[in-house]
Amino acid sequence: MGRRVLITGLGTFWGGRVAQALEADPDVDVIIGLDRYEPTVPLERTEYVRSDESYSILSRIVKAARIDTIVHTFLVVDSTQMRSRTMHEINTIGTMNLFAAASAPGSTVRDVVVKSSTLVYGSDPRDPVWFDEETRRSAPPKSVVEQTLLEVEGYVRDFAVDNPHVSVTVLRFSNVLGPDIDTPLSKLLALPLVPSIFGFDPRLQLVHETDVIRAILLALERNLSGVYNVAGDGLLPWSEITAICGKRNLPLPPYGLGLATRPLQRLGLVDLPPELLALLRHGRGVDNRRLKAAGFEYRYTSAGAVADFVQSLRVRGIEPAAAYQYERDVEQFFRHSPSIVRDQP
Amino acid sequence: MADAKPTKRTPAAKASAKRAATARRTAPTLAAVADEPRSSTALVPVPRPAAELDDPRRSDVDEWGRSERMRQLARTLYGPVYERWHRVEWEGLEKIPTTGGALLVANHAGAIPADAPVIMHGIEEHLGRRVYGLADEMFKRLPVVGLLWSRVGGVLAHPDNAYRLLREQQQLALVFPEGTKGTGKTYRDRYQLRRFGRGGFVEIAMRAGVPIVPIAVVGSEESMPILWKSPQLARLTGLPYVPLTANMLAFGALGPLGALVPLPAKIRVRVLDPVTFDVEPDQPRYSRSRIMDESEAIRQRIQEALLDMLRHRRSVWFG
Repeated sequence: MGRRVLITGLGTFWGGRVAQALEADPDVDVIIGLDRYEPTVPLERTEYVRSDESYSILSRIVKAARIDTIVHTFLVVDSTQMRSRTMHEINTIGTMNLFAAASAPGSTVRDVVVKSSTLVYGSDPRDPVWFDEETRRSAPPKSVVEQTLLEVEGYVRDFAVDNPHVSVTVLRFSNVLGPDIDTPLSKLLALPLVPSIFGFDPRLQLVHETDVIRAILLALERNLSGVYNVAGDGLLPWSEITAICGKRNLPLPPYGLGLATRPLQRLGLVDLPPELLALLRHGRGVDNRRLKAAGFEYRYTSAGAVADFVQSLRVRGIEPAAAYQYERDVEQFFRHSPSIVRDQP
Repeated sequence: MADAKPTKRTPAAKASAKRAATARRTAPTLAAVADEPRSSTALVPVPRPAAELDDPRRSDVDEWGRSERMRQLARTLYGPVYERWHRVEWEGLEKIPTTGGALLVANHAGAIPADAPVIMHGIEEHLGRRVYGLADEMFKRLPVVGLLWSRVGGVLAHPDNAYRLLREQQQLALVFPEGTKGTGKTYRDRYQLRRFGRGGFVEIAMRAGVPIVPIAVVGSEESMPILWKSPQLARLTGLPYVPLTANMLAFGALGPLGALVPLPAKIRVRVLDPVTFDVEPDQPRYSRSRIMDESEAIRQRIQEALLDMLRHRRSVWFG
């Protein structure tokens, strides 16, 4: 019997991508996606269920559809997208509700994959060059997104302890770059002058969006459990990342940085949340050897991810964006109408 | 470290880039995920042309932040200071292992300590081995200074960093267990070693299974002696100490830069016999008392060597 998968955040970039990738897998029987918003990518057989992050109908869905796998991609790591309040609701409260539903009596869930972030390690001058999965962060979190992600991982840990029969995988992704995804970092690199902090040239580790999806698939395929860092090989200085993008740095003053960036933020030119400023000062490296030992082979190094990103940056605005509009009736027709001839060769 | 300039990109790399671009055009939504068969073996390592992982690196900054080019520049600039200003002389250089990891442990002195660059420069010049200097986090907080320190081989003194350098990469790492307690002492306390931290350096050497090479340096105390310190200014600036040095008085005519110029003290470096520990590496814990004993023994040996060297020193400036 194949897998029956539930994806949170189907309307987000990652939820949609994971669903697409899973659709191609014949071993996956059922894919159900939850989100408040409609999917933004075309999907063949994924069922979309509108639901907010309180997941009030989740235990019913799990029971009714005999869900055995949950892929929790609906975690906000980009704090520029929303207010801290919303982020707290989605990350902390959402995860709490999700795992409460997944551990309800009689739950059929056997596999959980959580898409976390290396933001949980923070970015501090006292950091080691490489964080491995067990290294504790050097300083308490200062930004809301880090705080909520730590709380999320706390709930995941509790769930794993309470449900030893479920294999729980936490994947901590470093900063993602790629042709299609927009992150605070990629937005900085798209600017004509890339902000940096004067006197600092932190080393960053990047992961390509393709490797993110592949890592999630690998976690499902190999039934991994535990925590894994996902980041391409190599630590790159920010100046070098900028150079690969063919840009120049705009150094911001190292002291009184808040005063300097606030006008820029007000004008909507750049969005520099505190966790990004810390990263631009101290950088972050994570040890990716555990996932490699589990059989993962990276497609892109950190530098490779930047190089691939910059190619898409050059055609951004020229290449027509793939416009897709979710039409409920059309999707229902294709999935459920008796007129559709199924089981085609 | 790959150092491929854009002009030097191989044709294979170009072809792979073109292939990726084509794949994106035909499958705009799934990029590269869709173009591989999704069977259960899809993610099993398959041999792929090396060009796909071709690194478009632009700089030679390694994972520790060290840049050989910057290091070369530092060697060129520091060479005359090392040879003509401090006229550094080594004793027992052959005791530093030419292969394998080792933790170099030395005394630390002078407001801007000359011992760190002298040891790093000397070993790189004479033995051709790179040395990573383990330093306080304070460096990383300071703009420009922290960056330069990192590019010339400075690394934060964190147990994980030291373990990786010594155990996995078999490098030489230099540590000053006195830390800023050593450099921040006034001239009155010269050559009196401070506490050797909490013995963390011994524990790291045990865990990494590498010897400790004690090093005694004479002359760095006199290259920038602290006459007086201002605790108020230190608190205000967040620095470990804000000193009034003899250099500020001597080179006051040069303006604020005068404070950075060391006095031309003769520097002698003596390498002592390496210490090995017959304990199993990679243990989670080591005997606390053993660590403290070894730490104290190493401190004693360096202290004795310093006194011996001072007994034979005729002049601060001529050695």
